[in-house]
Amino acid sequence: MSIGLTLLGLLETGPRHGYDLKRAYDERFGHDRPLHYGQVYSTLSRLLRDGLVEVEGVEAGGGPDRKRYAITGAGVTDVHEWLATPEKPEPYLQNTLYTKVVLALLSGRAAAEVLDVQRSAHLRLMRELTRRKSGGDLADQLICDHALFHLEADLRWLELTTARLNQLAKEIRS
Amino acid sequence: MNAGALITDESVALLEAIDLRKSFGPTPALDGAGLRMHAGEVVAVMGPSGSGKSTLLHCLAGILQPDSGQVLYRGAELSAMSDGVRSELRRTEFGFVFQFGQLVPELTSLENVALPLRLGGMRRKEAESRATEWLERLEVADVAAKRPGETSGGQGQRVAVARALVTGPKVVFADEPTGALDSLNGERVMQLLVAAAKDTNAAVVLVTHEPRVAAYSDREVVVRDGKSREVELAR
Repeated sequence: MSIGLTLLGLLETGPRHGYDLKRAYDERFGHDRPLHYGQVYSTLSRLLRDGLVEVEGVEAGGGPDRKRYAITGAGVTDVHEWLATPEKPEPYLQNTLYTKVVLALLSGRAAAEVLDVQRSAHLRLMRELTRRKSGGDLADQLICDHALFHLEADLRWLELTTARLNQLAKEIRS
Repeated sequence: MNAGALITDESVALLEAIDLRKSFGPTPALDGAGLRMHAGEVVAVMGPSGSGKSTLLHCLAGILQPDSGQVLYRGAELSAMSDGVRSELRRTEFGFVFQFGQLVPELTSLENVALPLRLGGMRRKEAESRATEWLERLEVADVAAKRPGETSGGQGQRVAVARALVTGPKVVFADEPTGALDSLNGERVMQLLVAAAKDTNAAVVLVTHEPRVAAYSDREVVVRDGKSREVELAR
């Protein structure tokens, strides 16, 4: 995800100091990965250089956290275009698990074991997310649901592949 | 039943199945399946359709008799009990939730939930008072006077969960409990079922093929071709 565009999007609601911007980002989108201050200021200086934000005021005392940043017209245009452009759907064709299953079959190892262990690992993460969701607010629930639906899709693939292992073994050994 | 025959020692599994085999005609449904669970545990039994997971649940609950192998409830073997004792065990110690609530269509939600208590000889007033508490807990007190045909699928399933829990069972058997519900209703039913089970320290055997439902469990057992398997991952 573009941090620059996300910060711009947050600035569209009103000018902020770098510190406030970091806090707003972490609160809404940071979850497990809060931004580093260095990341915020380097991103802001790039946005400044590109004319997407401007410094609206500087408080006495100096230092980067004394500046208040505001979005420019060009910045608003960029945010608008970003929101209107669909994200490229992930084709998911590079599949490590499929590679592992094929290699297990080729080498005569237990391919079903590869799938079983993966199922367990997936379910373990799904349990953690389900617990977090149960104790969380709506934002937590939506973020966790997004992850849970993706993990569920992987698990469905695992089940289907497990059911087709014999057929796959025949095909790749022929 | 003779409660003296049941072991209440914590080190003994609450419910245990050992090397269960069961065939329907020439087709083996269970071919050496096992399971061990303790009080308060939620165990998901997963596996593809026809893998034997429902047969395992029915054997665990004493609804079906395995051809060989043992099911032990608090150390007592189910197959050694008389039909009468086993039935009483199912009514007093076990609770059941199925995919389609299987509520009695002629009775109201309140009467459905009170039914297991009434069958156990409890007076109507007390049974209905307890049933009301469970309907409130499952967030369906507003449909207490309605019959199953007059409630939504989600409401009906919550009533069914209330009925399963009203007797204070030690084990709840849930066979695809959210299978007929949409995502949101299914999730709420799972949240309420698991929370109520944890509060009362009941174990839950949760048969499901849906990973998102299985994610409400503490661990999973996978049944495939009648054999059960549990993967232990390093932390």
